[in-house]
Amino acid sequence: MSVLPLFTWFEHSWIGEGIRASRWLFPVIESVHLLALAVIGGSVLVVNLSLLGMGLGRRSAARLWHDTWPWFAGSLALMLGSGFLLFTSEAVKLYYHEAFWVKMSALLLSLVFTATVQRRTALADPDRVTAWRSRAVGLVSLLLWFVVGAAGRWIGFS
Amino acid sequence: MSPLEVCRWLEGTRGSIALHESIWVYPIVESVHVLTLCLFLGLTVMIDLRLLGASLSATPVSRVIRRLGPWMLAGFAVMVVSGAMLFYAAPVKTYLNIFFRLKMTFLLMAGLNVAVFHFTTSRTMPRWDLDMRPPIRARLAGGVSLALWAAVAVCGRMIAYNWFDKIPTALTR
Repeated sequence: MSVLPLFTWFEHSWIGEGIRASRWLFPVIESVHLLALAVIGGSVLVVNLSLLGMGLGRRSAARLWHDTWPWFAGSLALMLGSGFLLFTSEAVKLYYHEAFWVKMSALLLSLVFTATVQRRTALADPDRVTAWRSRAVGLVSLLLWFVVGAAGRWIGFS
Repeated sequence: MSPLEVCRWLEGTRGSIALHESIWVYPIVESVHVLTLCLFLGLTVMIDLRLLGASLSATPVSRVIRRLGPWMLAGFAVMVVSGAMLFYAAPVKTYLNIFFRLKMTFLLMAGLNVAVFHFTTSRTMPRWDLDMRPPIRARLAGGVSLALWAAVAVCGRMIAYNWFDKIPTALTR
């Protein structure tokens, strides 16, 4: 079953129509998306740098996880909300755009990885996790988020 | 030579034309510029949140700045180089763009804010390094920084929209 009818419905919903009809609404929502990107990027980087043994160091990982959590969750909510609005304004175009599907798949993987492996590793006693395992987790997380960001940027080039 | 004349000269150089007409290089430079935002602005936000007492509160301010600062500065260097390349690809259009001018103004103000913090407020840091909530001047520096960098980023995004671009005749005058 194709999701194309659903995407078409979104594009013709009053939200999609409204955003397309406005000259400044799309750029404003894009700006929110961009600012939230900085915050989510900062919190993801702080935790991953520490898992890599850099930045604030491996021993800070658990504390950093807790410190950055509200900012990660808040900016993620903003990203999803603003991203959804951008999506509705051009849903059908996105349906045919490879970068969109790459981004959504990478996003799903990133979120699952963050909530399971990364969370467990960051919160574990650093003495009970090998440095290599921590580094691998930090690296995979950074790579996944990088694909989300790069594919997201690529959606704009078409 | 006026700035506009410099831009016009820049626009005629080979590098500018090559960059402007490239199929891959320009989008890649633009992507680098946007994604490095996470490194530069992301870490700036984390440092500012620490100054505001809003995050990383259990870590001394000096440690946050010392450990995250070099990454943030590396990000800034990439931002400046990739940003300069984006400007070089379309100097006249960018120079005349109102959002570009606003962005540069906010950038200058953000730099001033960093300088004020560095040369005055941070001098007393040993006294409040461990405070969960630093004194008002430090919090002010963090808040002003957040607002100014947000303005820089938003204006940067808006450069791509040519609502207020001067009419083409203004370019030839």
